[in-house]
Amino acid sequence: MSGCSKRCKLGFVKFAQTIFKLITGTLSKDKIEDELEMTMVCHRPEGLEQLEAQTNFTKRELQVLYRGFKNECPSGAVNEETFKQIYAQFFPHGDASMYAHYLFHAFDTTQTGSVKFEDFVTALSILLRGTVHEKLRWTFNLYDINKDGYINKEEMMDIVKAIYDMMGKYTYPVLKEDTPRQHVDVFFQKMDKNKDGIVTLDEFLESCQEDDNIIRSLQLFQNVM
Amino acid sequence: MAAGVAAWLPFARAAAIGWMPVANCPMPLAPADKSKRQDELIVLNVSGRRFQTWRTTLERYPDTLLGSTEKEFFFNEDTKEYFFDRDPEVFRCVLNFYRTGKLHYPRYECISAYDDELAFYGILPEIIGDCCYEEYKDRKRENAERLMDDNDSENNQESMPSLSFRQTMWRAFENPHTSTLALVFYYVTGFFIAVSVITNVVETVPCGTVPGSKELPCGERYSVAFFCLDTACVMIFTVEYLLRLFAAPSRYRFIRSVMSIIDVVAIMPYYIGLVMTNNEDVSGAFVTLRVFRVFRIFKFSRHSQGLRILGYTLKSCASELGFLLFSLTMAIIIFATVMFYAEKGSSASKFTSIPASFWYTIVTMTTLGYGDMVPKTIAGKIFGSICSLSGVLVIALPVPVIVSNFSRIYHQNQRADKRRAQKKARLARIRVAKTGSSNAYLHSKRNGLLNEALELMGTPEEEPVGKATSLIESQHHHLLHCLEKTTNHEFIDEQMFEQNCMESSMQNYPSTRSPSLSSQPGLTTTCCSRRSKKTTHLPNSNLPATRLRSMQELSTIHIQGSEQPSLTTSRSSLNLKADDGLRPNCKSSQITTAIISIPTPPALNPEGESRPPPASPGPNTNIPSIASNVVKVSAL
Repeated sequence: MSGCSKRCKLGFVKFAQTIFKLITGTLSKDKIEDELEMTMVCHRPEGLEQLEAQTNFTKRELQVLYRGFKNECPSGAVNEETFKQIYAQFFPHGDASMYAHYLFHAFDTTQTGSVKFEDFVTALSILLRGTVHEKLRWTFNLYDINKDGYINKEEMMDIVKAIYDMMGKYTYPVLKEDTPRQHVDVFFQKMDKNKDGIVTLDEFLESCQEDDNIIRSLQLFQNVM
Repeated sequence: MAAGVAAWLPFARAAAIGWMPVANCPMPLAPADKSKRQDELIVLNVSGRRFQTWRTTLERYPDTLLGSTEKEFFFNEDTKEYFFDRDPEVFRCVLNFYRTGKLHYPRYECISAYDDELAFYGILPEIIGDCCYEEYKDRKRENAERLMDDNDSENNQESMPSLSFRQTMWRAFENPHTSTLALVFYYVTGFFIAVSVITNVVETVPCGTVPGSKELPCGERYSVAFFCLDTACVMIFTVEYLLRLFAAPSRYRFIRSVMSIIDVVAIMPYYIGLVMTNNEDVSGAFVTLRVFRVFRIFKFSRHSQGLRILGYTLKSCASELGFLLFSLTMAIIIFATVMFYAEKGSSASKFTSIPASFWYTIVTMTTLGYGDMVPKTIAGKIFGSICSLSGVLVIALPVPVIVSNFSRIYHQNQRADKRRAQKKARLARIRVAKTGSSNAYLHSKRNGLLNEALELMGTPEEEPVGKATSLIESQHHHLLHCLEKTTNHEFIDEQMFEQNCMESSMQNYPSTRSPSLSSQPGLTTTCCSRRSKKTTHLPNSNLPATRLRSMQELSTIHIQGSEQPSLTTSRSSLNLKADDGLRPNCKSSQITTAIISIPTPPALNPEGESRPPPASPGPNTNIPSIASNVVKVSAL
């Protein structure tokens, strides 16, 4: 009963306050808290020299990269939504959001939820200028969704499904339901040496280095910058 | 593709490394960077306008872009200046902020463009000076409302997939335009509301006399008829209320809402009347309950948007109305007291008490002046005239505020309606832009393959057919090509996809046709096996194939041609016929279309022939096949 009476008293006080505000004409006062916008979290990258030392890019290339980065994300950090939007612009046919999601988590090494310019440039440095070993390690990290050091069939299935989603609906030949699954089976046959259902980093590195196609295609984007 | 996003293309291409281990086929070659790769430093400043200022001026605010080391990223070594590819007009305001310490908002500037620029330079909008702050806030609020409106209507559009029956019903109730049934229901209820209100009104009109008794109102004369009408209306209202209650997503919230309370109040008197039929004591109370039936007229507010706006205005002007009421009460009490004491002296005065004077004060202040109570003493008359003059003032003051609120809300509603009307055109524009981008890829794929074929043929002096694509575009297309390779599927446009589906369903008929590859569009083959399947079909007859088929075959053959340089058969066939087919056609600026002969099941032929010829500029040439390798190049 005491709780009820307390509530009643509170309600009565509120009612009296409302009447008072009504009389004095201050009913709809703009709350000050609403006016203060959430200040934008602005992040500034480290200096140009430090970044040049940490990555394999020259100053010019860093400048070009930063300008593009800053254009899309003036606040200095990309969140997942913006990342997905940017990536989706390159693949207008299908739905790039899932692959962008996995990419984002591969870029966001510290799992903070936003990719800063340093993270961005570090990952790009590996992808474009790194050794084959580094690239393959990065790709392994991308496929390993839960970051436990192993790729199992479900993770691979998710990744391959995300890649197929980017194709969209209008493809030739027509995409069937089990096409991704077949693709994953082929992949596992090649990669999983000891047939235990998971691919470790060593198995992955070994199998990729045996395949000339993969090695050659990794070098494909050398001259992207 | 937006120009700004083009800067992210290196990132997207680098991210494509993630596909490499998954892909089974080798990737196409990257486009060669023919032009000397220069930094895209354009020697302009803030898009051409050079601004000059001291360094210390900029360093006054070290937590902004211009005041910190972030601007080094924009430094141009060659011309020794900082280049920003932004709007010079807004930059003027930004630079003035550094100079004077006050940030101004130019009235002609679009609010979102201005916000973007401020965000880029790292300046918080809160420091806009007082002179421009109000304007900025107003524009910002309008923009936010517009965005919310768009989001709401988007959400409404997108919540299509598989709504439960209950949800569809609720949607039908809330937006009667969604289905014809809902519209019918809407109009029927509106009609019955009108009937019920008119009945209530006509019921009390005196309706002629029954001989031998006094004049009766119609309600009592034709009581049965009116009772039937009332019953019918209440039935409809009850059913409607119950249906709404069933369909509401949150029943508790629905019961508490104003409209449902009005509904309940409108139908309760009838049921209460049914319960207490002829009990003499409470029938008096029951009669007063009938007055609540007039609340049915408020049900019209669901049907009329203007009523809703009025109600919303009153709600939003609650503080002004409250102030009006309070000041009026104050004035009434003051003047009533004064009038009472002024008229106390006169005999037979109607001002018997202060509450009795309230009536006089109200009537006078609102300038009604019935004349049933008038002051007789001189003092009373003086105070009475002061009362009427002040009444006009007190009432006239809050009214413009209410009116302006109403006008603002009304215009907002009108703008929302206009936006909704333009929404279709806007969405169509967005869709066109999107398909334009994907079509560009498909077109350039064919052009690009044609170009490669030409190059490989070794005719460098010929100009590449089709318009040249920029480096960015060719890189983007290479990226899409890699995706095709990774998944072993190709992009095609919508019409061809539908043709494929149609054909695959046609193929389900049992027949004696020879299976051609195109008859099994669902077959997922690797690029290697596809090639071998291809060559087995060419030796067949050279029935003119449909253009559609040619597209399919063409694209597959060309892909083999470009990616397997060691394969000689298809290449030689390209060389063979390409010479004849292409040379004369290339010389003319027209693009020719050629047809690849593939075996067509005879039954499908008439259907194929009857398809309308495609709208392509060149003629459909049909060169008879000499050898088995009739491969003609088709370009759109």
